[in-house]
Order: sequence, then C-alpha cells, then structure tokens
Amino acid sequence: MDLLIFQNPILIVQASLDGILLGILFALIAYGMALQWGVMNIINIAQGELVILGGYIAYFLYISGVHPAFGIIVSPVIMYFLGVGMYKAVIYRVVDRDMFISILATFGISILAQQLMNSVFGSDVVVAQSNFGTTFLFNYMVTLPNAKIFSACISLIFAVILVGYMRYSKLGRAIRATAQNARAAKILGVDTDKVYAATFGINAAICGVAGALIAITFTLHPYVGLPYTVRSFMIVIVAGLGNLPGVALSGMGLGVFEEFSDYLFGTEFRIASVFLLLVLILVFRRFKLSRKREYLK
Amino acid sequence: MKIISKLNVLILSTIISLSITLPGFAKVVGDKIILGAAVSLTGKYSTNGEHTKNGYNMAVKRINEMGGVKVGGKSYKFDIIYYDDESDSSRAAQLAERLIKQDGVEFMLGPYSSGLTKAIAPVTEENQIPMVEANGASRSLFTKGYKYLFAVLSAANQYLEVAIDLAVEKNGGKPVNIAMAFEQDAFSQDVRLGILDAAKRTGSKITIDDKLPKELNDMAATLAKVKATKPDVLVVSGHSKGALTAIRQISEMKVDVPMLAMTHCDASKLAKQHGSKSQYALCAAQWHKSLTYKDKFFGDGMQFDKEFTAMYGYAPPYQAAESAAALVVFKDAFERANSFDRTKVRDALAKTDMQTFYGNIKFAETGQNTAKPMVLFQVICDGDNCENKVVAPTKWASTELVHPIPKWSDR
Repeated sequence: MDLLIFQNPILIVQASLDGILLGILFALIAYGMALQWGVMNIINIAQGELVILGGYIAYFLYISGVHPAFGIIVSPVIMYFLGVGMYKAVIYRVVDRDMFISILATFGISILAQQLMNSVFGSDVVVAQSNFGTTFLFNYMVTLPNAKIFSACISLIFAVILVGYMRYSKLGRAIRATAQNARAAKILGVDTDKVYAATFGINAAICGVAGALIAITFTLHPYVGLPYTVRSFMIVIVAGLGNLPGVALSGMGLGVFEEFSDYLFGTEFRIASVFLLLVLILVFRRFKLSRKREYLK
Repeated sequence: MKIISKLNVLILSTIISLSITLPGFAKVVGDKIILGAAVSLTGKYSTNGEHTKNGYNMAVKRINEMGGVKVGGKSYKFDIIYYDDESDSSRAAQLAERLIKQDGVEFMLGPYSSGLTKAIAPVTEENQIPMVEANGASRSLFTKGYKYLFAVLSAANQYLEVAIDLAVEKNGGKPVNIAMAFEQDAFSQDVRLGILDAAKRTGSKITIDDKLPKELNDMAATLAKVKATKPDVLVVSGHSKGALTAIRQISEMKVDVPMLAMTHCDASKLAKQHGSKSQYALCAAQWHKSLTYKDKFFGDGMQFDKEFTAMYGYAPPYQAAESAAALVVFKDAFERANSFDRTKVRDALAKTDMQTFYGNIKFAETGQNTAKPMVLFQVICDGDNCENKVVAPTKWASTELVHPIPKWSDR
C-alpha cells in the first residue's frame, strides 16, 4: 500500500475533485441508461458506442473549424434522431421480449456501430482541443483542467433540464406513466410506442452530450465505448432505477473511490477495486432484501 | 450402380484435379516468388495495417523493377497474397494456416503488431515456414526459441532504454529518479522491462510505477503523483491512446518534468493533434527519415520518404519503412541461398548481415535484429508547427536535446 496520498494531504483534495468531476460526467451517461432501463426494461449494451458516436460529431465540428464545445448542442440533436431511427429499425421488435433478447440486440448494435465507426472515421485515436486552460487552487498545488469543470457543469445543467422535463412536460409524464405500468398507460390513451421511441431518442441525445464532453476531456477511438457502458451499468446498479439523485451520488462516489484506490493500491487495481466494491454492494443488498422479505412474511 | 460409379469418377477426378492445381499455388510459380501475409486491413489496427501493406507493396514494386530476385541464374519477381486478419489474433492464426496449407505459400511476411505476430509465429514455426516480420517487437517473440522467425526491428525493451541513459548523462552521470506509467499489454510491459534494466544498470530509482488498465483514458492520478514526487524523468507508454492522453493531461495539469519520454508519438500523430502542447516530448522510433543508412533500392531515408509520399500521399511512418526493409532482407537471403529450399533460405536469413535504408540488419540466434539502435527524437515546435528532430544517438542528432524541459509557467 502506498501512503503517498497521506504524506501529501493536498493530494486528497486533488483526488476528491478529480473523482467528483469524472463522476458527474459518468452519472449523466448512467442516467440515460437508467431511464431506458426503467421505462423499456432494456439494458443498452451499445450505450458506450452512442457516447463515442456523439464524440465523433463534436470532433468533426472541431475538424471543420467550429469549437468542439458546440458539440453539446449539435450532437444531441443528431443523436436524438439517430436514436429514434434505431428504435424504429430494431428496438421496437425486442422491447416486449425478455431482457436477454434485448441485451443480444443491443450487443449486436454495439458491434455494428464499432465496425461502422472504424470504417468511416478510421482506427486512429483522436482528440478535439478545447483550449479552455486550467484552474489552479491552493497556490498552484491543485490543478483542475477547465475542460473537466466545463464537462461537469454541462452534465449538471443537462441533468437538471431532464429532471424538469420529466416532471413537468406532457411527454415526461407519459414516460413516467409508461415506466410505472405500460399496460395501464396504454389503456389510458398513452401511445406507448411513441413514448418508447422518445425515450430511446432522449437516451441517445444524452449520450451525444456526454460524447461531446468526452471529445474535449479524453480521447476518442471506435473501440473505446465499452468502458463507458460498463461504468454506467455499475452506477445504475449501485443507485437503483428511477433514482436520479442516487445516480448522481453513486457516479461521484464511484469516481472518488476509484481515484483513492489508485493512490492507495496502484493504478492497476483501480478498476478491480471498483468491481470489488460492486460485488460487496450487491451482496449487501441481497442480504438486506432477504431480511426484508422475511419481515414481510 | 451406375450412379455410384459416376460419383466415384467425379470424386476421383476432383481429387486428381486438386492435386494437380494445388502445387500451382505454391511458393514459386513461373517467374514469381509468392509470399503470404495476413495484415490488418479492418479492425482496430487497420491504420497501421495499411502502413504495413503499403511498405510491402512499395518494396515489391521497387525490387521487381530493379531486376527482381536472381536465383539459379534466373530472375524472379515478388508477389504477395494478402488476407485481412481483422486485427484479431485467432483470425490471423487461421489465415496463416490457410496461406500455408491451402495456398501453399512457403515464405511469409509478418502482420502488424506484437500480438498478431505472436499468434502467427507458432503456425509458421510448426510448418517450418521462414517468416520475416517487421512489426512485432515484443520481447516474448524472441524467448521461445523460434528458428524460422526473423524480425528486422529492435525489440520492445530497447525502445526507451536510451532515454534513461540520456537522462543520467544530463544529470552529470548521477542516477536519476524515474516515474513511469505503462499500459498493461505485452508491448508496453516489455518497454517497462527495458526501463527496469536501464534503471538497474545506472543505479537509478523508480519512484512511481503505474500500470494503466487497458480501458483507462484518465491519467490524472498518476500525474498528480508525478507532481508531488518531482522525478527527473517521466516515461509513458500505452499506444496511441496513452500518448495522446498523456500530453493532453500533462498540458492541462501543468506537470513539470525535466524529461518526458514516450512511445507511439508518430503513430498517434501527436504533434499534429496536440500542436505545441506536445513540444519537448522525447519519442522512441524504429526509424527516422534523417538517418543516413543506404541501400541500392531506396537510396537513403530522405529518398524513401519522398518516393513513399509521392506514391501514397502521406509521409511514411516507421511502420512502412520497416515493412519495406523486410522484403529487401528476403531478396538478399534468396540470392545468397541461391535456392527456394526452405531450410536453405532459413539458414541464409540467419546469416543476414547487411545495410538497408532502414538500418543495419543482423539477426541474433533468437531472430531479433541486434545491429540497429533505436532513435529518439524530440518534438520541437515553432508556434503550432511541430517537427520531430533526432536527438539520439549522437551520430544522427540533427539538434541538441532541450533539457530540462522549460516549465509550463515559462512557456
């Protein structure tokens, strides 16, 4: 175990802030996944690929001379229609089937998306430059890239907009109704097919925003989507469905936990430790649930 | 009965015609020497696979134009059967089988990447097919006792050793503190082993030894540790993604280190993508156009660079240069063996001792090229216009190494 972080207390601040900023961005992607999972009962394996695709849209803005930050507006619009199209082409056929079928279908989409991106955009790793500069705290001891701060802020703004939309708009109400009971919603005149299409589109749009943010904070590559899928899956598992503050908290919590385990156990155990935590949480949940069931009996 | 006998005739005739046509595909047809290669034309290595193929093709064209290969007083021309291995190692091994068993190829060229070369090598070895490879640098390729594998490039552990020597030299011969971050894959871990050797040799101390998970694209924690411990050298290797992530985050977090040594700077188009942010990065390369090695096919590096650019519309990365060199080596070996007998060609390859435009080539017992040093170049920028200038070995240095790297606050 490496105790460097305790010898330099300033690293604790750095690690916490890095983790929180990273976590907020991941939480946005996870929220999209939770929405889709909750409403349509579909675990979207292609989530990461949608993110990367959104990133490429921002990258192409950057290449053609527009600042990549505008990707957060352009990318979700394009991705929304792409998402709706994807629903009409594939997803509506599997939406009422069991989860295994939908996992297979989205897994297929993810492979197809990877290969298509590879043949259209090439296999080079690319980055888009935001040139946002750096924020210094504590007399230059803590450095935070402004691109990361920007990403976190935009993620928060989009999250707030989404929550408001879900709560107050007509479509938002319809989506929530469908999530609670699709059959009842249908009987009461909700066009569930439209709701599903919109949900899939909204998720793709969220991925578009997140992708544009990733283009300016990290790197893009056709095959780098899977870690984002896995990460958002974990956040949702920890937070539970339909629990937005939970998603945000679990995103940040996992981010901070990951940073600290990097300092303490070394970078190679960073992801392993997150998985270990996941296992512990699941075991604990089961334990708690089984107790509850007994009580209910 | 009639049907059965007809069927028999059909089967027999198929067998006979197959047995007649099969040798038709074999190694040498008429005046053509047919080589086999599985190269990644799709999948994650497709860019570098393309460089490899272009390098091979350019050399084939050039050698054929200049009279081909002379064996037994007759002149032969090179031809290559390509298959796309889809950047997948099991596919690559299958294709190697297919090239050997179905197409009857008796001489192979390597694929792109250490991983795929590792997948193909057992197949060529088992079938005793000489393979000259130009893109598999992993040390593990040279520790298995392969007899039919020859690599024209330097092994991965040699990539950044020179950088440590250079840092020690700049430190007045005193040991240095090394921070390093390597991706967890065969190649990068081999580079790491080289650094460990160099640290031991020079008495230097490793202060940070991070192994980056493959799916990681955030090095913030590693870099914060670097800021806190202030090492003399920071070494990073993690393919294109590692190089691009490192420069992005080093520049954003304003990490000051006297020396930054990396791999994959040119494969990731680092200078182009990051502009002046990549300035002063020290990069390992197998080859650089300004080296003064010569051969009669391509002249020197500058000429190769010019002709390759004219032919394919982009400047040759070292992956293309080393691939072209593989064919020059094959030609030389065929002529010295003066035969197409596999064992004779293999023995001739083992005795190779020559200069190509790409560098000197002499194979050790294990098949690795020991005659060619790695070069280090430094990214030097004028505004956002960056160039790679060779700084080591001193023989080819076109500019003095900038050391220590100026602080971010002074840039």
